[in-house]
Amino acid sequence: MSDANTPMSGSMPAPTPAPAPRRTALNSIHRQMGGKMVAFGGWDMPVEYSGITAEHRAVRERAGLFDVSHMGEISVRGPEALDLVQHVTSNDASKLSFDQAQYSGLMTAQGTFVDDLLVHKFTDDHYWLVVNASNCEKDYNYICQQNDFDAEVVNTSDGYTQLAIQGPAAIKVLQPLTSVALAPIKYYWFTTGKVLGVDCIIARTGYTGEDGFELYFDPEHSDKVWNGLMEAGAAVGMLPCGLGARNTLRMEAGMALYGHEIDDTTTPLEAGLAWITKLAKPDFLGKTAIAAQAASGPQRKLVGFEMIEPGIGRDGYPLLRAGKPVGQVTSGGPAPALNKNIGMAYVPTAMSAPGEEFDIQIRNRTARAKLVPLPFYKRAK
Amino acid sequence: MSYPANFRFTPEHEWVATDGAQAKVGITDYAQKQLGDIVFVELPAVGTELVAGQAFGTVESVKAVSEIFAPVSGTVSAINSTLVQSPELLNSDPHGAAWMVEVKVTGKANDKLMDAAAYEKFVAEEEANH
Repeated sequence: MSDANTPMSGSMPAPTPAPAPRRTALNSIHRQMGGKMVAFGGWDMPVEYSGITAEHRAVRERAGLFDVSHMGEISVRGPEALDLVQHVTSNDASKLSFDQAQYSGLMTAQGTFVDDLLVHKFTDDHYWLVVNASNCEKDYNYICQQNDFDAEVVNTSDGYTQLAIQGPAAIKVLQPLTSVALAPIKYYWFTTGKVLGVDCIIARTGYTGEDGFELYFDPEHSDKVWNGLMEAGAAVGMLPCGLGARNTLRMEAGMALYGHEIDDTTTPLEAGLAWITKLAKPDFLGKTAIAAQAASGPQRKLVGFEMIEPGIGRDGYPLLRAGKPVGQVTSGGPAPALNKNIGMAYVPTAMSAPGEEFDIQIRNRTARAKLVPLPFYKRAK
Repeated sequence: MSYPANFRFTPEHEWVATDGAQAKVGITDYAQKQLGDIVFVELPAVGTELVAGQAFGTVESVKAVSEIFAPVSGTVSAINSTLVQSPELLNSDPHGAAWMVEVKVTGKANDKLMDAAAYEKFVAEEEANH
């Protein structure tokens, strides 16, 4: 047995020599709980504990708890904090109310992605960005470079442990541990309050396609909050979940992952993210390029596919038409809640309608796939 | 799970159980644990010639693809079609119901084959390095 490829790490740049991966405050707990540890985005993270399928199903049916402290947090403060955020991101942060968050893109001048991120608004002069682990340093430097405003940019990543409690029963597990009323917090809104006596940012956000919350707090309380949540979750069968289930869950939900569906060569229009690209906004990096592409129409589009012959179209595999490569899988694998093999891919716009079929080159053979609408999975409201 | 005394093992975590000129081949309990939930198995057709040390099939878990290497040379005389239908057998019964192919041995075995005690030691070392 030997790895033919490792999609989980396929997109990560390989630094030479590789520095020792960083550890979250919960590293020893993950190891005690039997977490299988892997290097991801410069961090030593659990990829699974009991198994990706079981963890995936726990989140779809009950609840799962993820340590996502590898994610980066950048604060933007000052009288012109909004102007800086508006300049570097594609979505319209001026529409945010206090305690509201939005999904957005950190853009290059060419209209491609430096990263994708969540923009949280605390006050008129305080915004807080949650970014990908592997991009955090790059994002911070980029925002600083673009900072011709009366705003202060601080990388606050070391100040937070981030836990995601996700699944239909997440609210039932979390509510008894806090005096904050959770039900009134709407999707993509947040508040601050104590969970298990620890000051937290409590956001109704996630990356799984389920209801759930993300908690941000001082890393010194990590064990207490993790253990308290696990204890409270036992009654509903909550499982600790690793990056493997996080990936299959977000893939079923049709959510982009940086380095796969989006990067500095892809635009939001190609990636199906026109909804986070507000061309009516006065100015932002890449707006001219994106507007030009909107006028002419993108040449390629991100699509969803499911395999209709036995085989798994994985990250990087080519999509063929009449034996010729016309596109490439960005993320692919089994969808544990759907019992199908699914994936996302870029294909020419003319071939991007649901129902179109392709052969996917799977090592030394091909297998047929059919385009289907995204997302693959949508929870019942 | 213990490693059967009549099996021999490769450093790539395949096992072979020889009975006269016939041998069954599979992957070890350690291998299935490393792979995680197995969702797809690809096996060669009956009649395929296997060469010791060369890849003859693939096993896919949720997150990765792994090639399987032949522990012995010979001709595939049977494949486990139940396993192709139910790849998860590799997680539940890797040394039994989840055998992969049966081979009529023609050539010499891989000279790196280990017995159960040596393999257990080998796996313990791999785990310590992880």
